[in-house]
Amino acid sequence: MSLEKFMNEAISPWMRHDGPDSDIVLSSRIRLARNFSSQPFPTVARGEPLEEVLSFMDEHFTDSSFREYEGLQLVKMDDLQPIEKRVLVEKHLVSPHLIEDRENAATIISENEQVSIMVNEEDHLRIQLYFPGFQLDKALEQASQLDDWLEEKIDYAFDEERGYLTACPTNVGTGMRASVMMHLPALALTKQINRMTPAINQLGLVVRGIYGEGSEAVGNLFQISNQITLGKSEEDIVEDLHSVVQQLIEQERKARQTLMNRSPVQLEDRIYRSYGTLRHSRVITSKEAAGCLSDLRLGIDLDFLKDIPRTILNELMVLTQPGFLQQYAGESLDPEDRDIKRATLIRERINLEDDN
Amino acid sequence: MQCQRCEKYPATVHLTQVINGEKNEVHLCDSCAKEQGYMNQEEEKFSLNDLLSGLFHMEGSGSAGKLFQGNKQQQKESLQCSGCGLTYQEFTKAGKFGCATCYETFNERLDPILKRVHSGNTTHHGKVPKRAGGDLNLRRDIEKHREKLHQLINQEEFEEAAKVRDEIRTLEEELNQDKGGDS
Repeated sequence: MSLEKFMNEAISPWMRHDGPDSDIVLSSRIRLARNFSSQPFPTVARGEPLEEVLSFMDEHFTDSSFREYEGLQLVKMDDLQPIEKRVLVEKHLVSPHLIEDRENAATIISENEQVSIMVNEEDHLRIQLYFPGFQLDKALEQASQLDDWLEEKIDYAFDEERGYLTACPTNVGTGMRASVMMHLPALALTKQINRMTPAINQLGLVVRGIYGEGSEAVGNLFQISNQITLGKSEEDIVEDLHSVVQQLIEQERKARQTLMNRSPVQLEDRIYRSYGTLRHSRVITSKEAAGCLSDLRLGIDLDFLKDIPRTILNELMVLTQPGFLQQYAGESLDPEDRDIKRATLIRERINLEDDN
Repeated sequence: MQCQRCEKYPATVHLTQVINGEKNEVHLCDSCAKEQGYMNQEEEKFSLNDLLSGLFHMEGSGSAGKLFQGNKQQQKESLQCSGCGLTYQEFTKAGKFGCATCYETFNERLDPILKRVHSGNTTHHGKVPKRAGGDLNLRRDIEKHREKLHQLINQEEFEEAAKVRDEIRTLEEELNQDKGGDS
């Protein structure tokens, strides 16, 4: 398969578009946890009840469309190869939890891959909607409409006092997790993010590094999301998150400006060294690649590097994950071979820009 | 300090969770921490659920809790959900419900748990589904109108208030019709 074709399959169509504040906010997501009132939750249910949920969803929603989310397709986890499942996780279309031997697990994905409805995860349904850039309000509005559309056919588990009933007490109420993926290289470089995190936690919001292990944020990518789902309306939760993200954007822009003013040469050096590494390395770990890609992206945002598209960070962060590398290679690879294949793929990808 | 779970060994693992300024502390010995999953280095494995099930176990520990042990403790542990068969013990161990009925079955025990997780909140104030919510949307709408009516009366805007009063009447009629349809 050619790299271009592979990339087209690897990158969700919506990711190719820029959204508001796309230089810092990569994507906005709303996730709603919902359950059928008539069936036990996947936490305890085995066999028949889960089969019924799955076949109900298949019958009513396969090949259906909601607004611009057309061509909904149901993909059963049992029908996929391990590498294919991993690829879905790396594209954030399903959670790691869904592919861990869950019975009757599936996902319903729209053609543009903005919508993914996980079936029989921890809850019967996990409705996810993605938008590029910083578009939480729009994401909430449309996720809620999508939810209404599903409710026309499904009897949800809902209680007047507790709200939408979920398997885990941490999701009950709105069942909503709103999150934003941010690239914060300047706040990370100046260690300011560590000081800001406790204050953000105080507001009932969580900051965590993605793609990293433990608290480390590989590639300076952070996810900010709400912790509390009960006692506040969806709009209030999103508003709180919105105002914190807005402040983080401003702080990140300020920190970038300060770096530019105080040590422009060092910054330029760092960016070009990373660029050099990505262009020429023959073996590269995912951690090193993520760090270099973050620098590269910063270099693009600060106009040091021209003629390289901004989406290269989103793209290569996904493409250089183990699942994708193995799919590209067409075989399973051990970690050492992956590091070689990763370096090759990155070089090819950057050369592609030179050819254009 | 002693481990608050086994109450035998010194606590070596200290966890503090702060949500909305409310602080929660968990103190455990090495082996309890491992059992509860706190010691695992992988991020995904250190989940909120582990912390949650730790919180459930906190109930009944401490001096105030001990007073209530005995009969009440036994009653609590023998509680079983008629919907899915989940026992209270299983619920606290996994930190997860088994079905919608579990919320009724364990209702009495839920407030303290929900308060800890949702910084003091126990009731839903968000979206109400169109069908499953029944007439709740309508009742909430009437409530909102009543508040508005009070405000307008206080501000002596009687003309506007009369309009809102009529709106409330229409909504109430709608509500009664819904109820009439059921009987």
